[in-house]
Amino acid sequence: MVGPRIVVVGTGPAGVRCAEQLVAAGIRPVVIDEGGRDGGQIYRRQPPNFRRGYADLYGSEAAKADALHRAFDALRDRIDYHPGTLAWNVTEGELHLMRDGAAWRAPYDALIVCAGATDRLMPVKGWQHAGTYSLGAAQVALKSQACSVGRRVVFLGSGPLLYLVAAQYLKAGAAIGAVLDTARLSDRVAALPRLLARPGVLRNGLSYIAALRRAGVPLLSGVTPVEITGDAARGVDGIVVRDGAGRERRFDCDAVAMGYHLRPETQLADLARCAFRFDAEARQWFPEVSLEGRSSVKGVYLAGDGARILGADGAENAGRLAALSALADLGLPVDRARVAALLREQGVMERFRRGLVRAFPWPAGQAADLADDAIVCRCECITAGELRRTVREMGAAEANRAKAFSRVGMGRCQGRYCGQAGAEVVAHAAAVPLEQVGRLRGQAPVKPLAIATREETQ
Amino acid sequence: MSAHTSDVLIVGGGLMGTSTAFFLRRRGMSVTLLERGLVGQQASGTNFGNVRRQARYLLQLPLANRSLGIWQRLPELIGEDLEFLPSGHIRVAYTQDQAGVLEQYARDARDYGLELELIGGAALRARYPFLGPEVRAASLSPHDGHANPRLAAPAFGRAAIRAGAHIAENTEVLEVARDGTAFRASCADGRVYRAPVALIASGAWGDRMSAAFGEPVPLTARGPQMAVTEPVPYRIGPTVGVASQLLQETIYFRQIKRGNIIFGGCGRGPAYPDLRRAYVLPEHTLTQFDQLKRLAPAVARLNIIRVWSGIEGYMDDNLPVMGASRAVSGLYYAFGFSGHGFQLGPGVGDVMAELIATGNTSTPIAPFDIGRFAAASKELPARATTGTQSPAGSAAVPCQQR
Ligand SMILES: Cc1cc2nc3c(=O)[nH]c(=O)nc-3n(C[C@H](O)[C@H](O)[C@H](O)COP(=O)(O)OP(=O)(O)OC[C@H]3O[C@@H](n4cnc5c(N)ncnc54)[C@H](O)[C@@H]3O)c2cc1C
Repeated sequence: MVGPRIVVVGTGPAGVRCAEQLVAAGIRPVVIDEGGRDGGQIYRRQPPNFRRGYADLYGSEAAKADALHRAFDALRDRIDYHPGTLAWNVTEGELHLMRDGAAWRAPYDALIVCAGATDRLMPVKGWQHAGTYSLGAAQVALKSQACSVGRRVVFLGSGPLLYLVAAQYLKAGAAIGAVLDTARLSDRVAALPRLLARPGVLRNGLSYIAALRRAGVPLLSGVTPVEITGDAARGVDGIVVRDGAGRERRFDCDAVAMGYHLRPETQLADLARCAFRFDAEARQWFPEVSLEGRSSVKGVYLAGDGARILGADGAENAGRLAALSALADLGLPVDRARVAALLREQGVMERFRRGLVRAFPWPAGQAADLADDAIVCRCECITAGELRRTVREMGAAEANRAKAFSRVGMGRCQGRYCGQAGAEVVAHAAAVPLEQVGRLRGQAPVKPLAIATREETQ
Repeated sequence: MSAHTSDVLIVGGGLMGTSTAFFLRRRGMSVTLLERGLVGQQASGTNFGNVRRQARYLLQLPLANRSLGIWQRLPELIGEDLEFLPSGHIRVAYTQDQAGVLEQYARDARDYGLELELIGGAALRARYPFLGPEVRAASLSPHDGHANPRLAAPAFGRAAIRAGAHIAENTEVLEVARDGTAFRASCADGRVYRAPVALIASGAWGDRMSAAFGEPVPLTARGPQMAVTEPVPYRIGPTVGVASQLLQETIYFRQIKRGNIIFGGCGRGPAYPDLRRAYVLPEHTLTQFDQLKRLAPAVARLNIIRVWSGIEGYMDDNLPVMGASRAVSGLYYAFGFSGHGFQLGPGVGDVMAELIATGNTSTPIAPFDIGRFAAASKELPARATTGTQSPAGSAAVPCQQR
């Protein structure tokens, strides 16, 4: 059978449910994932010879993880699955791939990007010291390597992941120095009506906090980070913050895990030339996408955290919806009632998402207050002062121009980790609204690409 | 004079426009420069950064020499060095034929003030141990080098502003027309600027304006393609390029002090002037990988972190359009630099300012006269025929070698 060629990028909750929906419609999709195994970030599968149980690995989400893994295993011989494969560029109708030093292309009629998200980071003075991790990285170390990022870890930032990862570390027996949340309790109270859209998820979140409190972990809200202390030779040795009452407090630790909720991985969408829109509430740019998963580019669909941060359940729905949209646009029959039901559920997820944004606000003010000698771009070692100088003396009030002059965002991560904070620094220094600063244009390759890569002849 | 009137009006804030604005101010003329986007965003900000004289069309060497003189005096002139690194430029040959081309060019270039050193055999390996085994010969231009294109035009723009020029960014010129004795530039936002002299320095977009003045030219917009590696310790020294008749062999690279290696060549992608975008073709990146493995196997052990392209205007004969209009008095052109304008930029600004201020240039630019495209039947003589060298002659491969 020669059906339409559909390529799915990502095997997290969105990608797996998307592939499943396509297979159910009689399609054999090409499924790509950079990782060696399916499951994505949240349901990351451990390497083949690791044997920790689902309850240990995924806690309250064990049943969902198990269901998703089983669903994927059932699909394996009905999809063209390419693990360990990086999608490094997109051109019209073709995805450019790389695996084990060989490059090849996957032509498509529909491309469904389910590329997930990474931590959204706000620089803090001293965050370049060895021992500073993102929350996501700390979680990966635990899930796929069964190890902690330090002997005594402090969790800093804001967002649901802050408490989740801290609780997972606690459960795994790690010593936790403190959990330091920049959001104030009043933010969470104000967000309660929206958060009640998903009472079960809210209850889970509260249970992590309760477990940490029972274990005697210091939990602070409304903190202002001052500095991660340490030195280049020995790495992190502590963290200093101002608490809600304005007092300076220091916590000893040899590792810091930090993050401020998430930012979508949008490079493929960008390379596919999808339009973006500024979300004033979240203070970040998202690709323009309908609840059904249609991007602004014909034939390109976006689902899961890579489009809009709705969490794992929302991602599963979004993956199904994007598949159904692609099928419908290719002229194949789809069940309208099912689409309507999924859309209703997504409405609830969207309400909850906005609750999270309210409960754990991105601390934009920190970028404005960042000391001149604090590093903004860790790849290129550029300080806030150097970035501000390019704004004030060289007239760089736009993100790509500030990058060109200062090199912030020009390193290995291509601004994926410093881009948003850098834009805040620029907006404040130039006294213009963040939206006006714009966003860094995505450029291939999506991740560093070996020059040794050779083109595979098919 | 009102804010919207000046002695000279420049359309286009690339390196050509901004450097001309700077040098015009030094000659005491008031100048307004109009740029559709931000200064230096197009070819001038996206190029490879080669500050190379060798392999140029011989009759362009006087201009290139003058430009190099300015590159060497930059900090003193504009207060910034643009990361100009005079670390030399080598052209290498894989074949005996190409080695012969390098030798011939070295002989010819000497008459134009460019001394090249030919290197082969063991000396070549000893001096440039990173070159691959296929490289047989090299020609070194010791005073050439490379610079940071992202900084260049904006720095000239700031220097021009400090010297009193008026630069309006985000100002798209829809039309330039002769209005009595003055030129009138009408902008998309409704503003109108006037001056008795106008310079079209709008890069790959220059042909439309020259055509509107009755001087159409054969310009094609293309996007040369670049890539940059992750940083490694600084080792390489000179800019390196391959001399070849085969476009796909023409890889070139340079290493910046920070350690990253930048490379380009092997082909150009399509460019979309209306969208103001040139997209990268992934297949070109892979071709560049193959050629880099030949040229410098050690470099080929690295990863690239970014690729990009930019819109450049190429003339049919690969030479720029530079000089006074043949049709309209007071009108000047400096566009279509055909992939080799970065090195020339400061010199072009200096020469155009001289031409506008004095009516003459001390550096010959006749081969770049727009009149060369006038149909043979027209009464205007084509001044481009003053030289003996054909631009397409074997010594000149200006389009392929940055
Ligand atoms: C990828 C690449 C690599 C290159 N590598 C090298 C190299 O290594 N060495 C070298 O010597 N040369 C190189 N070149 C060539 C060099 O970059 C160009 O020749 C040179 O920068 C041209 O400068 P310019 O000012 O004419 O054009 P541009 O920099 O393109 O400037 C023209 C400006 O005019 C503006 N404009 C156009 N129309 C209007 C309008 N209607 N109203 C207002 N503004 C308008 C545009 O926005 C633009 O900013 C390279 C070019 C590219 C693209």
